[in-house]
Amino acid sequence: MDEALLRSLTPGVLTALVRRGADFAAAEDAVQDALVEAVRVWPADPPRDAKGWLVTVAWRKFLDAARADTARRRREDLVDEEPAPGPAPAVDDTLQLYFLCAHPSLTPSSAVALTLRAVGGLTTRQIARAYLVPEATMAQRISRAKRTVSGARLDRPGDVATVLRVLYLVFNEGYSGDVDLAAEAIRLTRQLATAIDHPEVAGLLALMLLHHARRAARTAPDGSLVPLAEQDRRRWDTRAIAEGVAILQAALARDRLGEFQAQAAVAALHADAPTAGETDWVQIVEWYDELARLTDSPVVRLNRAVAVGEADGARAGLAELAELDSSLPRYAAVAAYLHERAGDLITAARLYAEAAKKATDLLERDHLTRQAARLHTLLDAHRHG
Amino acid sequence: MAKYLLLKHYRGAPAAVNDVPMEQWTPDEISAHMQYMRDFATRLEGTGEYVDGQALAPGGTFVRYDGEGRPPVTDGPFAETKDLIAGWMVIDVDSYERAVELAGELSAAPGAGGKPIHEWLELRPFLAEPPTITE
Repeated sequence: MDEALLRSLTPGVLTALVRRGADFAAAEDAVQDALVEAVRVWPADPPRDAKGWLVTVAWRKFLDAARADTARRRREDLVDEEPAPGPAPAVDDTLQLYFLCAHPSLTPSSAVALTLRAVGGLTTRQIARAYLVPEATMAQRISRAKRTVSGARLDRPGDVATVLRVLYLVFNEGYSGDVDLAAEAIRLTRQLATAIDHPEVAGLLALMLLHHARRAARTAPDGSLVPLAEQDRRRWDTRAIAEGVAILQAALARDRLGEFQAQAAVAALHADAPTAGETDWVQIVEWYDELARLTDSPVVRLNRAVAVGEADGARAGLAELAELDSSLPRYAAVAAYLHERAGDLITAARLYAEAAKKATDLLERDHLTRQAARLHTLLDAHRHG
Repeated sequence: MAKYLLLKHYRGAPAAVNDVPMEQWTPDEISAHMQYMRDFATRLEGTGEYVDGQALAPGGTFVRYDGEGRPPVTDGPFAETKDLIAGWMVIDVDSYERAVELAGELSAAPGAGGKPIHEWLELRPFLAEPPTITE
């Protein structure tokens, strides 16, 4: 059974239930129950109309739950105190569902969890394992998120930017456990791109595809990080790159530049270079200029310093770096790289060691420690040779 | 079965025998060390004794409540003299002797020159749930 196909039906089934009058939270639970049943039943007895089957089963689950709930309330003699059910929220299509799950009243972690469940069709257990938290914790996060948005009005379209931020967060989480969150983020962004025509949605999709295309080359067989310049480019996924570039070009042609399109443009220029040495750093610097205009983010300026270092030489990069706040994340790593390029191995080794202490993930820490070790070994050989 | 915490320290433990900072090893020595740690965890998963392992960043801060309506007080980043945990592994084993044996193995991970680090690992038993049968 194709689980991705099954999950791609989730938003349509959920909105069908809400259209029939189910409230969002109860409908979402019922859809989850129906998905679980599909996984159990379909391999032996596949339905002819998958979506119709899911809607029927989910609606039955919803009615069962509503009846059980009413009976329980009657038993507990609370039925008079319960407020009458309000009008169903106007979640009338997949797009509105994205807006609801990325609602600005939700914290980022809640919006991510709710999106993966209600739009992505992942189970609470899968989401919990992907984020390395206990299942009960994730279940609470999701049910609180549903409570938070249950009163949200959806008569107006939401802000696409909030949805894109949530999808970007999912993509960046990579993969741990049995769910590939990067692939899931691509699937959800692709689905969003069919629901709304927006250049930044296309920009984010292109950005994800271009980064995902390099994934296999990004880690060595022993699990250590391989930096872009040292990656075996034959291992890049050329189909994903071609698709990303085509999507990006179509988006850029509409002349409504945004942050994600500019980031994707940088990724496309890397993907376009047959070897690291042939990278068009001058153009990359120009895209970082655009990004700086769009976001004014110090992280962009840090990346720009690296690009300047490649385009105009390490000294120029270091001059750019001197303008920035040294407490920025990865500042020491960039400084180490540029100092090595400028030939100052002693300073570079010290900075790599310092950068390793400040690293926020294990792979990067190990990589930076190895860089420091590499330079120490070089310097030792120099001293003794 | 009993759970034990193996604590690795950045600071606060007695000095290891082979006490060279990792950035002064060769890249190959670092790889060998990582491989040893991975193999160790994989083997304990295989024997059904592995529970959890995490690494911590070195930056740490002490935080204390400072009374109603006041922001918490912080102390740190830690001064050089303070104990600093680098990471942990939790194992679930049959006996204290087995826990000691495994901690000894982990401490023998190769370091500079490919020689065992002999670092001190702190071994702490978890307080267990009360048993069902008490008499």
